[in-house]
Amino acid sequence: MRHRGVGLWVALSALLLVLGLAGAAEGQSLTLWHAYREAEQRALQGALDRWQAAHPSVRLNVLAVPFEAYGAKLEAAIPRGNGPDVFIDAHERLASYRSRQLVVPVVEARAEALSAAIDHFDETALRAFTAPEGLFAWPLSVKCVALYLNPRFWPAGRDPASLEAVEALQGTLSRGTYALVYEAGSAYFHAPMLHAFGGAFLSDDGRYTFDGAAAEASVARVRQLLAAGVVPEEAGGALVSQLFASGRASAAISGPWLAAELGDRVAYRVVPLPRVLSTGRVMAPFATVEGAMVSARARETMLARDLAAYLASPEAAVLRARVGRQVVATRAAWEQAPELAADPILSTFRRAAALARPMPGHPNMRAAWEPARQALQKALRGDRGVGDALREGHHRFDDVTRPLPARRSPTLYLLGLGVFALGLALRAVQRAREAPFRAALRRSWPAYRWVAHAVLIVTALVIAPLVLGATTSLYATREGTSYFVGLANYVDILRARGGPLLASGSFYRVLLVTLLWTAANLSLHLGLGVVLALVLSRPMMRLRALYRVLLIVPWAVPSYVTALAWKGMFHRQFGAINAALSALGVEPVSWFARFSTAFAANVATNVWLGFPFMMVVTIGALAAIPRDLYEAASVDGATPWQQFWQITVPLLRPSLGPSVAMGAVWTFNQFNVVFLVSGGEPDGETDILVSEAYRWAFTRQAQYGYAAAYAVLIFALLGLVNVWQGRARGDR
Amino acid sequence: MKPRRIAWGVEFLSHAIAVAAVAFALYPVLWVVSLALNPAGTPAPRAAPWPEVLSLVNFRAVVSSSNSAGEWLFGRQLLNSVLVSSATAAVSVLIATPAAYALARFRFVGERTAMKALLATQMFPGVATAVPLYVMLDTLKLLDTRAGLVLVYATTALPFALFQLRGAFEAIPRDLEEAAMVDGATRWQAFVLVVLPAARPAIAVTCLFAFMAAWNEFILAATFLSRESAFTLPVALQRYVGEYDAAWGRFAAGAILVSVPVMAIFYAVQRHLVGGLTAGSVKG
Repeated sequence: MRHRGVGLWVALSALLLVLGLAGAAEGQSLTLWHAYREAEQRALQGALDRWQAAHPSVRLNVLAVPFEAYGAKLEAAIPRGNGPDVFIDAHERLASYRSRQLVVPVVEARAEALSAAIDHFDETALRAFTAPEGLFAWPLSVKCVALYLNPRFWPAGRDPASLEAVEALQGTLSRGTYALVYEAGSAYFHAPMLHAFGGAFLSDDGRYTFDGAAAEASVARVRQLLAAGVVPEEAGGALVSQLFASGRASAAISGPWLAAELGDRVAYRVVPLPRVLSTGRVMAPFATVEGAMVSARARETMLARDLAAYLASPEAAVLRARVGRQVVATRAAWEQAPELAADPILSTFRRAAALARPMPGHPNMRAAWEPARQALQKALRGDRGVGDALREGHHRFDDVTRPLPARRSPTLYLLGLGVFALGLALRAVQRAREAPFRAALRRSWPAYRWVAHAVLIVTALVIAPLVLGATTSLYATREGTSYFVGLANYVDILRARGGPLLASGSFYRVLLVTLLWTAANLSLHLGLGVVLALVLSRPMMRLRALYRVLLIVPWAVPSYVTALAWKGMFHRQFGAINAALSALGVEPVSWFARFSTAFAANVATNVWLGFPFMMVVTIGALAAIPRDLYEAASVDGATPWQQFWQITVPLLRPSLGPSVAMGAVWTFNQFNVVFLVSGGEPDGETDILVSEAYRWAFTRQAQYGYAAAYAVLIFALLGLVNVWQGRARGDR
Repeated sequence: MKPRRIAWGVEFLSHAIAVAAVAFALYPVLWVVSLALNPAGTPAPRAAPWPEVLSLVNFRAVVSSSNSAGEWLFGRQLLNSVLVSSATAAVSVLIATPAAYALARFRFVGERTAMKALLATQMFPGVATAVPLYVMLDTLKLLDTRAGLVLVYATTALPFALFQLRGAFEAIPRDLEEAAMVDGATRWQAFVLVVLPAARPAIAVTCLFAFMAAWNEFILAATFLSRESAFTLPVALQRYVGEYDAAWGRFAAGAILVSVPVMAIFYAVQRHLVGGLTAGSVKG
């Protein structure tokens, strides 16, 4: 056999592929997922260790899943049977889990244990998990925000009675010190204010209600506070803790995590949120109840229930409260360990939780966060009327939750596909009967043996996922439901979801931004690259090698590191760029609050990332231009300027063509920079087509089909441009 | 003396442009270094890209990170990164080498279609293939494993290696192997004994680039991995500046630790990169 070596090669590759495959262990085992970190994680581990000691024969696997992806991972893993048996999650996701049958009750509705449980837990916590079928989780802890006070401004015994009292303090404070710090642009932190004005984000039946009079009044109030300098603008979590810790804030609205961060460094005390005098209502924050749930796919349901119940038991609860500083929902824990009730922080948060309003459990709440946050920020920035901004948020919510297109029968499509395949097959047969083609095929035979394995693997790894992905675009998918709808997704996207063609977030508007993005980047890459290449290619240039080595540093740095570093440099409070501006006496800029500046920040990052490539390519191309052309030109009396336009440019063009074309595709699909630097801010206006597609797939109720339709459209656009370009070049 | 003056002016202008560009190129890097050396958790706003205090606290915290079970996380994650990246490089180059050779040397039916199809796959945004890949790994029970990640990375590394190596083989003169075949060697023998040694530098470069690409990737890794001990370094790094954390100092220290090895590799092989890149591939 002449080609035995190829076979050996393939076997070796296959072996390498299989290496690292882990076998699954059998026997009685339980898997638990949680998203805790640090102290809470240590507390949970302590409780689990005790349970393990009582059940030595059980293999307990504990997985700390990153919080950011927790829900999505659970929903993907459980239906496929490789999720956890027990998992800890917040109550607001329960409705979605129940509707998709991912969970079973920990106690059935009629069981005696249910009535017994009622006495053992705080009422709010228990209610969050109760459904007609029974209790769906053992409540573990309740989280909400409260008011942190700095005793320098609020001596003991003189707690502020109202928001107005806090506001009034501002008059006595020096510049740069705030009466109140909190993340005003976050929907979660706006909730207390909204509730105090009698509003809500969502009605009980899941309608979006963050517009209308109460919502507008609450936002207008916050705008007042911002304008008067009572509350800092665009504060993030890091700024809140920094201002409060450094004594530059008299009060802060934050959760138990701030206490963990402050430690013993700073003197403070915590009280429940105050009242708003003008409405007479309390600023009721959102409460989140965490509980231990049991997966519907748990192999050992009884054992899983036992573990979940243990985590809520007084013994485990005391441990979680002591070590993890959790406000536990188990009443007995507070009675058994009097030091918990005596703890000022824990007991305050427990009181605050009793006044809090449970986060709406309706699945629509998840679709409401993004539009609510965007509307709130837009309204607070004041580049539009409050009412307009809030109504726009409602629109976005409707976009995401719009009814899915009607189910279609795939028969017609399958028929079309069949006819197409038949046509291809007929053509193949026809060609196979032509003698020259058969001869060519026979000659190709040896080559096929060399490429067969690569063709198989590329088909399986590259082509198949791509075709599958493209096929998904014919399906309507949302949160696990999926059915065939034909081209409805494309129709919807190309009709701009029925709204005006250039409405914010519509396909055409995002396409325009993408084209602008590509053009801006390419021209800057090319301009900067060519200028630097010309400079470095000058025959007399000294230190040329050193410059070249230093200038390709941006190319060498991993692009996600670059993107995150630039995001940091553009940070409103900590960023180097604003620091430089204020050193020059210029007001700091909120880079991500306006389209123009956010777009500029993205472009700056991507130009930094991409110019070395163009520079290196151009240096190579310049070196290939024969020197005697220039000599001949100067003999003929051409100025350097004429030489540049008559010789350099025409000769550079063909050799730079492919790099520019590739750079265009690259930039058009540059996900990392847009996603990590501006993240689409403000309001998704700087999103390009790829990042928009990503959002539909991963942050807007898992609408994979819709996202896939975007991807196919991107592919079609790039393909068209490529074909057209090939034609223009006269196709090789 | 006028031409002399102009020459000086051009000289000065050239260096001014070059120095300005170097400042632009190095500023963010220096800023990250100064963050890494700053012991404060949240940095004070400063424009100067050099540290005020020198401290290795952040580096120590990153390197010694461990989970509640006492496992040394950084070590695990470093091992994951090294294994996944080397396996990706090895697998894709192994598979691509004979095929790239055939693409460079043989003319066969379907060759142009295959190359066009391969080029076309590079224009399809990765977002849409992430979901099918997830399902595929899940069916093979390879989620959360190194082998699974190698499979995923091979989907981009393989086309890249094919393009890069095809170019390399085309650059090797045919006479070499034809002489060997006249002397009685089979095509395979000529390939192994004559072509491969001549292509060794190109193969090494391709390996290193596949290694770098895998070492630097994070979106897919973040999507497919959920266990902390299965993370590769970029995923671990990104969590320092996630939605609920802003440990910029640790992020910067980790970024330096992760970047230094690939930057070293990059400088070793960068001169070979341009040709292969313009030949057609690499997704952004």
